[in-house]
Amino acid sequence: MSDRRLLAGWGRTSPTSARLLPVGTAEDVSLAVQAAGPRGLVARGLGRSYGDAAQDAGGVVLDMTTLCRVHSFDHETGVVEADAGLSLHALMGMSLHEGWFVPVTPGTRFVTLGGAVAADIHGKNHHVDGSFGQHVLELSLVTADGGERRLSPADDLFWATVGGMGLTGVVTRVRLQLRAVETSRVTVDTERAADLDDVMDRMVRGDADYTYSVAWVDLLARGRATGRGVLTRGRHSRRDELPASADPLSFAPRASLRVPPIVPGGLLRRSTVAAFNEVWFRKAPRAARGQVQGLAGFFHPLDGVAGWNNVYGPRGFVQYQLVVPEKGVDAVRTAVTLLSAARTPSFLTVLKRFGPGNRGPLSFPMAGWTLALDLPTGVPGLAAVLDRLDELVLAAGGRVYLAKDARLPREHLPAMYPRLPEWRAVRDRVDPHHVFTSDLSRRLSL
Amino acid sequence: MMSSLGQPQSVLLLGGSSEIGLAIVDRYLAAGALRVVLAGRPSDRLTAAAERLATAGATVEVLPFDATELRSHGELVTRAFAGGDIDVAVLAFGVLGDQATAERELALAMEVVQTNYAAAVSVGLLVSQAMRAQGHGALVVLSSVAGERPRRSNFLYGSTKAGLDAFATGLGDSLLGSGVHVLVVRPGFVRGRMTEHLEPAPLSTTPEAVAVAVLAALRSQKQTVWVPGSLRFVMSALRHLPRPLFRRLPL
Repeated sequence: MSDRRLLAGWGRTSPTSARLLPVGTAEDVSLAVQAAGPRGLVARGLGRSYGDAAQDAGGVVLDMTTLCRVHSFDHETGVVEADAGLSLHALMGMSLHEGWFVPVTPGTRFVTLGGAVAADIHGKNHHVDGSFGQHVLELSLVTADGGERRLSPADDLFWATVGGMGLTGVVTRVRLQLRAVETSRVTVDTERAADLDDVMDRMVRGDADYTYSVAWVDLLARGRATGRGVLTRGRHSRRDELPASADPLSFAPRASLRVPPIVPGGLLRRSTVAAFNEVWFRKAPRAARGQVQGLAGFFHPLDGVAGWNNVYGPRGFVQYQLVVPEKGVDAVRTAVTLLSAARTPSFLTVLKRFGPGNRGPLSFPMAGWTLALDLPTGVPGLAAVLDRLDELVLAAGGRVYLAKDARLPREHLPAMYPRLPEWRAVRDRVDPHHVFTSDLSRRLSL
Repeated sequence: MMSSLGQPQSVLLLGGSSEIGLAIVDRYLAAGALRVVLAGRPSDRLTAAAERLATAGATVEVLPFDATELRSHGELVTRAFAGGDIDVAVLAFGVLGDQATAERELALAMEVVQTNYAAAVSVGLLVSQAMRAQGHGALVVLSSVAGERPRRSNFLYGSTKAGLDAFATGLGDSLLGSGVHVLVVRPGFVRGRMTEHLEPAPLSTTPEAVAVAVLAALRSQKQTVWVPGSLRFVMSALRHLPRPLFRRLPL
């Protein structure tokens, strides 16, 4: 047991110990799957899931980051085929100067292709482009029998794997359609909105004009300013928007800051977050149009601060991301009012409108509104506040995002993911003995 | 699995009718669904506790457990973990024993030692092995301030708790990095069934207060908690009193 390692999600809560096994080839994966013991096995990429999805207490966790070769890249069509452990960072580094960008990116480039499939990640362009799985042309999956299968969107196992949290097998390869861009810049419009209704109203009216849209919301603003926010929306810049001397496809992001691994807890408290929020709101222009920004600054601002999750101190933090359908929009208003009243110090509160969901039975997005919060675990009464949010989300016909979860009571899962039986039927067909197990699957009885 | 906010899905209570143990279970049960395994000597009190928890919504399993039957511990722990992972185990059995009688009757003295120390070491090791294998878990060990410095009036009980405290503290250190967390709880005088025949000492506390402190300490990954918290400083001072002086204190 001496080769055991403590593993936690990005939120650093609930660490558990498992054997961490690096893999370099699909054969390595296959052998590990066939040798998995009673506690099962799960794949882990760069560990950016906030909760307990990529850990398996007492079992085996495959370190996929060493399985990261690029097999083919067609400069004409933008189709790339690569191992599942390749990061979006490495992929962009290769493809961007040829004029190809990833079809979907979350708030960090440091996620692997396999993780992007398993969590069916979404980005600021969900309202027009959908989530990651919709851009995957084919994928390879090592299933419980140790065999590697090639799957296309015509297979139900493909869609059970998209958003399947790594529980249908280990994704080993992904064939992905990239997006053509003229430049590595984004042309951004920024607007301040006075309150939540103003934020939402502007999104409803204007989102269709932008490829990318997101709003930051100030949860600590009170009274008439409850839910005030800053909208940032943009599209990829055209060549002619850049000075002639600029290299249109340059891409050299650097992590300029590093948070040390040991930070005392309680740095992020109500007062400091309130001060941060005030500055953040005031520093945003009331309205600015056509500002040209680098991709990294627009999509991945926190990647500039290595180990930013350490800011929350040793007890870590929780992310809570909900989505409610359009008709349940009042739940977002109620949630913001509730969080505002409870004075929960979330400083990365993000609101976005989703487009329609996809065929994945466990895929998170659905047409409607999504709100993401991050909260230090030490906030008094936090558990009760999040329990109430669960109730609100359930009543509105919504759900929470499993890639960020480490606290949802398991009895809520079937109502939040009504297509769970369909997913289970496919999973039980390919993995009847539940070789693929994670702390998340154990906690939620997935 | 323990949630990110410190809510377990299953609790094993060793000493199934312990007031402090049940107070811990009650608080978890109030916050969410819970599977409870009560291991204890069959009694009306144990049955009543199981029924009360089931009525409150818990999934309850009762296992007969006699701490002094050391050889039965292996099977007991296997059965306790057979129904699924145990997120929190509370080692809550123990006897106070009457000091004066125990000084005269060796059998009684040895029963206190067997229960409070030998049995606790045996079960503690078995539970920690099972938790190490499952890769996670928290073991709560109820020690006592009585173990911090033995008193003339209560040194038998105190010596067993001193041994248990040393064992649990070392066990916790040996399990660092294994995903298993050991919490040593040092309550002062707890007003309850065990002490109803005694005059409450200064800074006395209640099972409910101990439970609150235990939950908070588990959430923040503490390894030791005093209840009430001020006892830590009181005992720190008492520990350094010269012996002739300490002996004369009306404790």
